[in-house]
Amino acid sequence: MTTKTTISGIANQQIFANTLVELARNDKDVYAVTSDSRGSGKLEAFGEEMPEQIVEVGIAEQNLVGVAAGLASTGKKVYAVSPSCFLSARAIEQIKNDICYSDNPATMVGISAGVSYGALGSTHHSIHDLAVLRAINNISIVVPADNYETDMVVNATYGAMHPHFIRLGKRPLYDLPRLDNTFEIGKASVIKNGTDLVIFANGETVCFAYEAALELAKEGIDVAIISMHTIKPLDEKAILKWCNKCAAVMTVEEHSLHGGLGEATATLLMKNSIYKPFKLLAIPDEYTITGNQLEILGHYDISKEGIYKHAKTILH
Amino acid sequence: MSTPKYTDSELTIKSLHYRKQVLQYIKKANAGHTGGSLSCLDILNVLYNDVLNVNPHTIKHPDRDRYIQSKGHSVEALYVVLAGAGFYPESELEKMGQYKSHFIGHPTKKIPGVEQNTGGLGHGLPIACGTALSAKKDGKHYKVFTLLGDGEMAEGSNWEAAMFAAHQKLDNLVAIIDRNTLQITGRTKDVVNSDNLGDKFTAFGWAFTEMDGHNISDIRNKLSQIPLEPTKPSLVIANTVKGKGVSFMEDERKWHHKVPSDEELTLAISEIDNALATIIV
Ligand SMILES: Cc1ncc(C[n+]2csc(CCOP(=O)(O)OP(=O)(O)O)c2C)c(N)n1
Ligand SMILES: [Mg+2]
Repeated sequence: MTTKTTISGIANQQIFANTLVELARNDKDVYAVTSDSRGSGKLEAFGEEMPEQIVEVGIAEQNLVGVAAGLASTGKKVYAVSPSCFLSARAIEQIKNDICYSDNPATMVGISAGVSYGALGSTHHSIHDLAVLRAINNISIVVPADNYETDMVVNATYGAMHPHFIRLGKRPLYDLPRLDNTFEIGKASVIKNGTDLVIFANGETVCFAYEAALELAKEGIDVAIISMHTIKPLDEKAILKWCNKCAAVMTVEEHSLHGGLGEATATLLMKNSIYKPFKLLAIPDEYTITGNQLEILGHYDISKEGIYKHAKTILH
Repeated sequence: MSTPKYTDSELTIKSLHYRKQVLQYIKKANAGHTGGSLSCLDILNVLYNDVLNVNPHTIKHPDRDRYIQSKGHSVEALYVVLAGAGFYPESELEKMGQYKSHFIGHPTKKIPGVEQNTGGLGHGLPIACGTALSAKKDGKHYKVFTLLGDGEMAEGSNWEAAMFAAHQKLDNLVAIIDRNTLQITGRTKDVVNSDNLGDKFTAFGWAFTEMDGHNISDIRNKLSQIPLEPTKPSLVIANTVKGKGVSFMEDERKWHHKVPSDEELTLAISEIDNALATIIV
């Protein structure tokens, strides 16, 4: 297994845009809907090449989702793209009623998610999005870890029959190694085997967990890393299997500690009477510290170093 | 009318100094909304140094005038003008955007003088409506000003508030629109056309005027005539230039949130210094 400890590569949201351009070139029913967000969504090339397949609504996220619902209802393959903070808050009623409840099969793409926007502050952070969306019926929610999973999920949602939400960040990432080279929405991906500790993570935090696992391996601590790219429907079978196999459990996410992957995992373990040392790493319920994305995450131990430290604590 | 604290040319000089600071602090933070801060800066200058009945000693006074910046991304202009008006030492801006700083990239109430946390567009006008309504309920005479972007006008919440404000006869409410004709993607008229805003608001029951958003005396004149008409909320369209004051930033879409390079900063500062040198006090 090769290790790459420096981040270089491409942002997931760039991969999303590249893959969408490919799909749209071959299918004129593929639409991107944007809300003054095509720049941050990396969709300027899409707009130049296929101006008839991009719909611009202006700074109006509620209208974005309503229009996407209408387009999807007539058979268009719609990707509605806007910063996750606005998409999952401003337009939440449109998502709930017009997309999910009415079952209009659009895919919403929340870009610059989590604390990607760093020092722009809480108005621009989306650490509530997974919690809110998980409580809505009829939506699959995917938080890809790397370029590979991003490419796969865009392809997997192409022509989908039901609503999806894809949550992406803007930090350049590298592709993680993986033990099974298949991707399926709703099926966890095994990044690394292990028996001492299992770490369930999603999105950009998977690479931190993986890097920490490599450090811990040097000390003979065997850590399994699972990319829980789909937070809904949750791959309960995989979680239970890995928790039974490993001595301790950790979850890591770029999200509030309320209502995200950690709480979902903890609930599942309780329901199944699995009692193991458990650590949940997420953003606490407080006025978020100022800084760039990595400073904020590091402040809350959502980093290679933080995960390493908590792994040692939980195993002693 | 009492004599103003500053003459027009004194305020013009302030604007030029503020412009330099905006650029320098954006450079230091390596982030910021350059174009929109430069387009609304003259308006903020006149508001805080002339129009608003608020100063560093009255930031909690129940009768103070309120200013709520709905286009929160232009926070650098607000931070610089508040520092200039004595709300905190300018040196605090050195920390803007840094780890653990309170000076984040959108207005936050952690900063003295900032009335509301904003940054998501389409929030300022509804909050301003509530604040203005409260004055009516309590028989208070303060005014509430809010500043919106022209791209921001696509947000439906603004139109909900526009209807409400007229219905409630909020003549103590002033919405200023920074009409720089640009948003991130391009010309506002090409994204979703927001032309004829005056007619639209008039149809909703507002009083309306326009001003040159870079002409100190025009801004001062228009903003001191509130309410424009009795029993109606006031809309003031400020015709502005995004990136105003730096030739290569003016009316250029890419400067929405671009940070100047070292050379661009030097050039920009020297242009502003040249402008300063030509002012006759
Ligand atoms: C609800 C919401 N949607 C999107 C954004 C992202 N955003 C920040 S500034 C901006 C463009 C604003 O254009 P305009 O209102 O014309 O402001 P100005 O030209 O004065 O900068 C956008 C889309 C936001 N801050 N809030
Ligand atoms: Mg504008």
